[in-house]
Amino acid sequence: MTILTALEVVDWSRAQFALTAMYHWIFVPLTLGLGFICAIMETIYYRTGDQKWKNITKFWMRLFAINFAIGVATGIILEFEFGTNWSNYSYFVGDIFGAPLAIEGIFAFFMESTFLAVMYFGWDRVSKRFHLASTWLTAFGANLSAIWILIANSWMQYPVGMRFNPDTMRNEMYDFWLVATNPVAINKITHTVSSGFLLASVFVVGISAWYLIKRRNIDFAKKSIRIAAIFGLFSSLSVAYTGDASAYLVAKTQPMKFAAMEALMDGGRDLGLTAMGIVATDIQTEDHTNESVTAFKMEIPYMLSMLATRGDGSFVPGINDIVYGNEKEGMLSTVEKMRRGKIAINTLKEYNESKKSGDVASMAEIKAKFDYNTTEGKEFMDNFFKYFGYGYFNSPSEIIPDIALIFYSFRIMVGVGAMLIFIFIMLIYLSYKDQLTKYRWALYLTLLSLPLTYIATQTGWIVSEVGRQPWTIQDMLPTIASISDVTSTAVKTTFFIFVGLFTTLLIAEIRIMLKQIKIGPKENNN
Amino acid sequence: MSYLFLQQYWWFVISLLAGFLVFLLFVQGGQSLLFCLGRTEKQKTVILNAMGHKWEITFTTLVTFGGAFFASFPLFYSTSFGGAFYVWFAILFCFILQAVSYEFRNKPKNLLGAKTYEWFLVINGILGPILLGTAVATFFTGGNFIVGRGNILTLGGDNIISSWQSAWHGLEAVLDYRNVALGLAVFFLSRVLAIQYLNNAVSSDEIKKNSKKIFNVSAVAFLVCFLTFVISMLFSSGWQENTANGVISVVDYKYLNNILELPTVSILLLIGVVAVLYSILITITKQSKRAIWFGGAGTVLTVTMLLLLAGLNGTSYYPSLVDMQSSLTITNSSSSYFTLKTMAYASLFIPVVIAYIWYAWKQMNKKKISEESVGNETSY
Repeated sequence: MTILTALEVVDWSRAQFALTAMYHWIFVPLTLGLGFICAIMETIYYRTGDQKWKNITKFWMRLFAINFAIGVATGIILEFEFGTNWSNYSYFVGDIFGAPLAIEGIFAFFMESTFLAVMYFGWDRVSKRFHLASTWLTAFGANLSAIWILIANSWMQYPVGMRFNPDTMRNEMYDFWLVATNPVAINKITHTVSSGFLLASVFVVGISAWYLIKRRNIDFAKKSIRIAAIFGLFSSLSVAYTGDASAYLVAKTQPMKFAAMEALMDGGRDLGLTAMGIVATDIQTEDHTNESVTAFKMEIPYMLSMLATRGDGSFVPGINDIVYGNEKEGMLSTVEKMRRGKIAINTLKEYNESKKSGDVASMAEIKAKFDYNTTEGKEFMDNFFKYFGYGYFNSPSEIIPDIALIFYSFRIMVGVGAMLIFIFIMLIYLSYKDQLTKYRWALYLTLLSLPLTYIATQTGWIVSEVGRQPWTIQDMLPTIASISDVTSTAVKTTFFIFVGLFTTLLIAEIRIMLKQIKIGPKENNN
Repeated sequence: MSYLFLQQYWWFVISLLAGFLVFLLFVQGGQSLLFCLGRTEKQKTVILNAMGHKWEITFTTLVTFGGAFFASFPLFYSTSFGGAFYVWFAILFCFILQAVSYEFRNKPKNLLGAKTYEWFLVINGILGPILLGTAVATFFTGGNFIVGRGNILTLGGDNIISSWQSAWHGLEAVLDYRNVALGLAVFFLSRVLAIQYLNNAVSSDEIKKNSKKIFNVSAVAFLVCFLTFVISMLFSSGWQENTANGVISVVDYKYLNNILELPTVSILLLIGVVAVLYSILITITKQSKRAIWFGGAGTVLTVTMLLLLAGLNGTSYYPSLVDMQSSLTITNSSSSYFTLKTMAYASLFIPVVIAYIWYAWKQMNKKKISEESVGNETSY
């Protein structure tokens, strides 16, 4: 496979993975939040015995089940795509990355799938108490599953708890708790799960707003809004809080992603945050400064430095600092990192050759370089092997991700998130005053927020994943070295089959959902 | 715990998951019989309700099987999935079709119409077991791959660790009759188990009547295909790893040797096979409701032991047909000691999972699914 062929396979494999992940993420956040909303509603039914709450629960549960099926379908593809499209990756870090996936299956998937059947079909088959427990366990199972996959994803953003083994030529885990309690993981879990709760809340209030606009199922809609608006407000505040923490962590662990979010070319101190702006699209091919990169911008003074450093006065690096280095701030240039990465790769090659020829002395000498417990090993690992992944690049500009896409995605995510806090406060106030039907503009705004929230959750992942490029594992393994031995034609074929299949199923799901919403909750008394 | 113990333990867990997966494929078996057993709309709905209450568990077991393989034997995961690309994608496609069909089939405005979703279920019911069975057979018959861990150090392309030497990327497995035999055996077994399950969970004389002839045909076909595979494997050569230096060589009658050298595994295999045969017998003679218990337990036991024969005793569980030294064994393809140990602690939770699944199923199956119940309770 030549470098050009490999690049084509990388691009199509990335496209396929992004396609699957984006479709998956249309369905998953709703599952995460709606499960708990259903559980809260059913708990009210269990406690009060009020049939209306049972009808409300069953209605939202129906939508939950429709949504769940397609989420499961896209989820299985994602897991297997690590092997089918990223086989080098699967071997190189499978020792660490596979564990959360297996634990997810054992602890979460079985819980979710076992109790989902009880939750959906068990109304007349099991006791009320067992049914309620099943609903809660389904919700917990779904969220537990998210937790483990987010631990795995966070490890790709900020790899910890592993060491390289030159004999097996892969990274191996030495501390599971470091992986599981990775600060990036803790933040990502709370941020992403909260965003799922948020989307589910918007889903419930949005559809309920539609009923109020149509002046039907008024009592049902008001009750649903009462629960979901409170759940949504807490979720949106959590998303904002963890989002701020996320930016801080990204600045520390993935400075290029942080610079891309802001289109920050030249770093500095006391920097302002661009609230809105128009950004250049030729950053990888042309040199830019902070002035030339944006055609227009509205800035909030000092805010960027506050976000990145909590105002401790330290330096926030820009894209130019990361690519060309900044001697004053002690930052290596990418060219230097590439040089050191190639030395690390060549050292490993020498080790392999010694092994093949049976040169035991040479093997021992080289292997000592990979031993963190010796001075020589620590020196080599910290100053050379740390840059192993950079050795695959040919040009420093290869480390720049798609700045414009990340820049705009970030602003959409934050803008919609801020709007939602306002909407939930408004809905709680109107619900408390029993004036939900009085202000139709508020209902239309609530309904409009539904598609906007779906877009915002997608853009959030774009910031996270496109911002990590060109790495599959930050600073360790670039996408170019992560692929499988397949042709681009094979990947294109499966890509387009997925496009056709997923799009058809999405259209089917939307039509079914809309029809179910039009039918509305059943007012039966059993 | 020694490293070898952990490697063997994890091979056992993988084998057990495969055993449960093949048993749970009764859901696929039921789907494949949808049009044969369900002569009316109500009968079809009864069958789909019976299978639909369980489909997610089959699906989850498949996902966990993949996840456990990834965690415990990552080199297999990267080699097989990245190499036999088309086979795994074919499996995935037919499982996507299943995942949505139960839920979408009966809903208004479902875009493709109920019939299409029913056909999706039938396609998954036929292709799912055949493809999975064929893929599992390659644990004995091998694949066309080369493994070079050092390849990742090549700059400027050609850095793939596991490369596949056939442009068919796994589809060439159908050219080996042993793979096809196991694929078909799994397919017919899934139908046998499905009918046994329906006899247990459904109260419908019509469906039972419709299933009699199909059961007999499926049982005979299963036995023919299964015996073809087993007998051919007993006379096949296998790849054996020298534990001292890791060198792999050919051993005649390797699987027959394994049967003789691993008596516990062989006895359990025999018990499993007898249990399946007994379940078939009591289904043919009296359509016994208890047959699924023997059929299910026998299937889990048989498949688990077969895979143990494929991986234990220094056997290569994934032989390379183009470069013998690239063949995968449980010792040269496993995760590190630390990861296997950590995962072993996590696996202690598996009995809890089995217990709550059993309890939930028991609660759900207390009331039989019948044609009368269609429309009176939540239904697919």
